[in-house]
Amino acid sequence: MNYDRILIRYGEISTKGRNRKKFVDKLRKSVRIALSPFPNVKIEASHDRMYVLLNGENGIEIIEKLKHIFGIQSFSPAIKVRKDMDELKQSSLDLVSSLYREGQTFKVTTKRSDKTFELNTDETNHTIGGHLLQNIPGIKVDVKHPDINLRVEVRKEAIYLSCQTIQGAGGLPLGSSGKAMLMLSGGIDSPVAGFLSMKRGLEIEAVHFFSPPFTSERAKEKVIDLTKKLAGIYGSSVTLHIVPFTEVQQAIRDQVPENYTMTSTRRMMLRITDALRNKREALAIITGESLGQVASQTLESMFAINEVTNTPIIRPLISMDKNDIIKIAHSIDTLEISNRPYEDCCTIFVPASPKTRPKREKVIQYESFFDFEPLIQEAVEKVETMVIQPNREHHQEFEDLF
Amino acid sequence: MIYFDNSATTKPYREVLDSYVKVAGEYYGNPSSLHSYGGQAEKLLSHAREQIAKLLGVKASEIYFTSGGTESNNLAIKGTALTYHNRGRHIITTSVEHPSVSDAMEQLELQGFEITYLPVDEAGRISVSAVERAIRKDTILVSVMHVNNEVGTIQPIKEIGTMLSRYPSILYHVDAVQAVGKVPIHIAENHIDLLSISGHKFHGLKGTGALFLREGVRLTPLFNGGQQEKNIRSGTENVPGVVAMAKALRLTMNKSETGIAEMRNIQRLLRSGLSCIEDIQINTPIENAAPHILNFSLRGIRSEVFIHSLEQQGIYVSTTSACSSKRKSASKTLLAMGVSEELAESGIRISLSLENNEDEARIVLEAIKKTVNQLRKVMKP
Repeated sequence: MNYDRILIRYGEISTKGRNRKKFVDKLRKSVRIALSPFPNVKIEASHDRMYVLLNGENGIEIIEKLKHIFGIQSFSPAIKVRKDMDELKQSSLDLVSSLYREGQTFKVTTKRSDKTFELNTDETNHTIGGHLLQNIPGIKVDVKHPDINLRVEVRKEAIYLSCQTIQGAGGLPLGSSGKAMLMLSGGIDSPVAGFLSMKRGLEIEAVHFFSPPFTSERAKEKVIDLTKKLAGIYGSSVTLHIVPFTEVQQAIRDQVPENYTMTSTRRMMLRITDALRNKREALAIITGESLGQVASQTLESMFAINEVTNTPIIRPLISMDKNDIIKIAHSIDTLEISNRPYEDCCTIFVPASPKTRPKREKVIQYESFFDFEPLIQEAVEKVETMVIQPNREHHQEFEDLF
Repeated sequence: MIYFDNSATTKPYREVLDSYVKVAGEYYGNPSSLHSYGGQAEKLLSHAREQIAKLLGVKASEIYFTSGGTESNNLAIKGTALTYHNRGRHIITTSVEHPSVSDAMEQLELQGFEITYLPVDEAGRISVSAVERAIRKDTILVSVMHVNNEVGTIQPIKEIGTMLSRYPSILYHVDAVQAVGKVPIHIAENHIDLLSISGHKFHGLKGTGALFLREGVRLTPLFNGGQQEKNIRSGTENVPGVVAMAKALRLTMNKSETGIAEMRNIQRLLRSGLSCIEDIQINTPIENAAPHILNFSLRGIRSEVFIHSLEQQGIYVSTTSACSSKRKSASKTLLAMGVSEELAESGIRISLSLENNEDEARIVLEAIKKTVNQLRKVMKP
């Protein structure tokens, strides 16, 4: 028995009231982008369900794609049946017998959103169940733990039959929560923070601080590769801003006592990111900070650093353990890239003994002897902005070699 | 010239050589060097890794580059044995493996491992039930070749993999050196943990190969050094060779769908032509055989003489496998299949590539007929 469509359930979107139309449109867009390799597929979206009509495309590959789309609670391969009792019975029998193996049990779960249907929920269950029991020798009913759960959805336009419910990725459709800047260092944490934010519907633009010659081209490559992975999750391009940071870092080293350089560096990074955020019309900044993980991520440090802006800072990893972060990094395939051994701007100027409990007043005082603003403006102006495509090689000069 | 010895090695594609020359000449940086010149070489390396992984349907992080099939097989077998010897010291393989597997096994036997060499039927195939019967509590590895290099028999790779998936502590290695481009390879579906390939068997260059190592499987390296290939295989990476192999694999896979059908046609033509010749016995089975190998024995004619007289006519074929032809003995595979010693000593192997055609096959058939007739006059009393 061949499925002809996949029924998608929205989950959390359904509760979003008036915004629902916007959410459904975003989800539809995500699904369309993810399924672009399958040109014959048709997507039908209604206010509480979406249908992907297969039109002969490979259902198994499409199911794999759907598993990764944010905003999908669950989905089921399904068959559309006319609202006709004989046809309903026959299709139910075809479907269940195609799955049935000896000794298995089943149940029928009817949902009837169309109350004008000739049978009510119980009657539908009984009629179909009876038909299956009569025609499949050996099959038994088990309403608690059935091997096959035939779901019958009676809707206005038709009846949908399905036997399998596949968990979706959950979350909210990409872009449905607005846009934020992700501070992407190249380490393990920041890509995970980006991923979790995307899962909650945020569109991200990545910001990376680049300090040649203290950090190498290869550290930059690493960040491009990480962005590519995030773009792969997104299904379309992600913007990456590379900030030239050398001069700011040198000014900090000249102006600020060694044990406060790290605190000050973070403050400058945040100021630059905030200026970029303003320019790109985003509403928040995402970081991969996790409480207490390193000197810059103690509560005292955050208190001293966060002072430079009142833009919301989103810290998806704040209460997570390192091991759990690593697990996610592994599952989204960024761990190996992050583990490449190149210096980034966070590691290169780390003082021998950075303050783990910096004082806000002190850092303000140290910075007050020098006007960093022109350097910050200059860094923002000289930002190199790239649009990173998923799975596409950036080095076209190599193409003919492969 | 007609080259029908493609299981020994293949002619590198022109485009593959071009890539090799360009990378070797222009991107000679060491991928481990920190400067951008090393970075470029590393980029080439990781691009090649991604391309090969994609073509094989696995993750890039599961591909390790080696110097060829022999090294991949040795690394797979000894590397697992060294890592898992505390779990057990029993390995199962077949009696028709390539020497890079069978000799590695013999070396392990000297170290106290026990090896079960499964017999094959007259078609050169092992049975899944025999593999399962051979499994013991201390079995750590099953190593089976995908396509036999001497007669072309395809082993029941999928069925063995499905059966072994019920024994999660046993690793499954497949020597796929002769399979690439000739037989579809399904790594995940067939529950394969390790798989060997060799570049020069699919129009790449000698000295290039790869080992697929499933994520989560550990391996003890055979080479120690600069920790390249995630410390599984130290030694400065052969960047030009690896890029060339990635290209060769892409070209081979692109052509293989039509190419396999074409090779089947040539094989069929040769088989029907040869079976009309008296005193020729065809050893390659009809069922479960790769499309590119046809092995036959000539009664009463020494195969070496036969090879050389074909060579005079510009036709290149092989006595059994190129590797074991140095050993001057009867074909191990043919003997294991129950072929008599006399016929096993006079085995001839024709092996095709995607580049051969039916016209060549017709010329070869005529030449074989002529040669058999001539030699028979001299050699038969």
